Amino acid sequence: MKKKWMIAMLGTLAGIGAAQAEDMEQKFREMVDRSFQSRGIAGKERMLQLDFQRVCSRLDAGDKVDFATLEALRKIQQDTIRWPADGNFFGDWKRGEAIAQSGRGLTWSDKPGTVNGGGCYNCHQLDPKELSFGTIGPSLTGYRKMKGVSEESVRYTWSRLWNAKALNLCTTMYRLGDAGILTEAQLKDVMAYLFDPESPVNKDAK
Amino acid sequence: MKSKAMKAAGWAAAVGWSLCASLALAQEVDTTKGIEEYRRMIQDGNPADLLAMEGDEIWTTSYGPKQQSLAQCDLGLGPGVVKGAYARLPRYFADTARVQDLESRLMTCMQTLQGVDPEKIVKEDFLKGERLRVAKLVAYVVTESQGETIAVDTAHPKMQEMYELGRRMFFYRAGPMDFSCASCHGADNQRIRLQDLPNLTKQKGAAAGWGSWPAYRVSASQFWTMQHRLWDCFRQQRLAEPIYGSDATVALSVYMAVNANGGEMMTPGIKR
Ligand code: HEC
Ligand code: HEC
Repeated sequence: MKKKWMIAMLGTLAGIGAAQAEDMEQKFREMVDRSFQSRGIAGKERMLQLDFQRVCSRLDAGDKVDFATLEALRKIQQDTIRWPADGNFFGDWKRGEAIAQSGRGLTWSDKPGTVNGGGCYNCHQLDPKELSFGTIGPSLTGYRKMKGVSEESVRYTWSRLWNAKALNLCTTMYRLGDAGILTEAQLKDVMAYLFDPESPVNKDAK
Repeated sequence: MKSKAMKAAGWAAAVGWSLCASLALAQEVDTTKGIEEYRRMIQDGNPADLLAMEGDEIWTTSYGPKQQSLAQCDLGLGPGVVKGAYARLPRYFADTARVQDLESRLMTCMQTLQGVDPEKIVKEDFLKGERLRVAKLVAYVVTESQGETIAVDTAHPKMQEMYELGRRMFFYRAGPMDFSCASCHGADNQRIRLQDLPNLTKQKGAAAGWGSWPAYRVSASQFWTMQHRLWDCFRQQRLAEPIYGSDATVALSVYMAVNANGGEMMTPGIKR
């Protein structure tokens, strides 16, 4: 029954002209505008989309987006990357562990000034002893051995963390540095958690 | 009725355990097994049954400035028909000229029959005041669709429009984490920590997700309506707060319910 309807729907969509598509977009914007309100630190302006968010939404929804558009937006993301001011990429892996475990921050139930977590375990396996891990991202267990500790590998990882969209525009991983979710010092701690031979991510990996 | 209530009361202690165990195995439990597990659990009684009974009473009791009951409330199948109504919601209602989900429809009934101001409910918090009354009514209404086939009618042009608006909302990335619903519910076999995330873009996942809400949440000892579920997902998405019963929330419900068509209504659900 659903299939039949979907086909009918596709038929109508194919028949829709540019003007009607524009009309639907207008209706959508008005719906978003009247359906949300600011609460706590989560202001209504969060409902506005950045350029790449809009294009990635279209791509996710099955629309065709040309490669040149995606590549131009990716380059803009690449330009956001900031390297550590003092040239040192590593902090304390123990603090990094706490940051990877914590998914706190940025919701309307968080108070202003809450220290954000990285939420890494929501999406990644890291310490092999931690059984509560998500599967949206790849496993990072044994990261040091997997990636090596060359300068290239270290810079690659930093840029991933700073802005994952710089490499893969429409990835689900958020922009930890660029969006101000973690501070530079926190990112260094997370880097240590990934690379330090004493970190459980590496020490306990088989 | 009484024995059902007793079962429900003793339930949390007995089943809380097996639910923990089932959570650890979450990745191995596929949808079919999940449904079997659900059937096994509700045999022991769902704590939401208590609320459903309260809701049944609220439905038939005179209330509000107009001192009327909700017995004449039309949930789409005619005045007073509750059985099977939830499996066919959301739907287009000619009297309000709107597509409505269960909660926005209940607000309409409370307004027209009882004189209760919907704006008051919209401004309240979940599990408080009038909105708690709505939740109890929801528990009652969805229990009356348990085991029914999800059959949302998409013939009306307004329904088709809401489906398309809901689809756009579902894929709408925004906020500091660039998330959309699809970030968490757009692929098969994904988990956040140990929580399984149904793929709501496909029939199987939508039937599992839509068909098992509203639900009793064991970890919080609370009954959550679908509006409550969506509200918390928007919170996790780091977006602004969706207004209770707003069109964006109804459109998302249309999107999920239509995708779930043909599935089984397993309401009220039981969740972690
Ligand atoms: C919402 C999901 C999500 C969160 C949260 C997340 N990631 Fe990711 N991550 C991904 C995905 C998906 C990929 C796969 C690469 C891609 O999509 O481009 C990835 C890739 C990576 C990579 C590259 C792996 C490789 O083999 O090249 C690293 C390193 C990484 N993440 C580290 C982290 C750390 C550290 C955190 C927390 C501070 C984190 N991620 C938080 C989803 C996430
Ligand atoms: C950052 C992750 C994330 C985002 C974004 C998200 N959700 Fe969820 N959603 C979850 C998690 C985690 C659960 C399971 C919650 C639990 O068990 O406590 C869930 C549960 C659900 C369920 C119930 C599924 C079931 O089988 O019990 C539905 C329906 C749902 N989400 C819809 C949505 C919609 C619609 C959106 C977008 C408005 C959305 N979610 C956005 C993480 C998310």
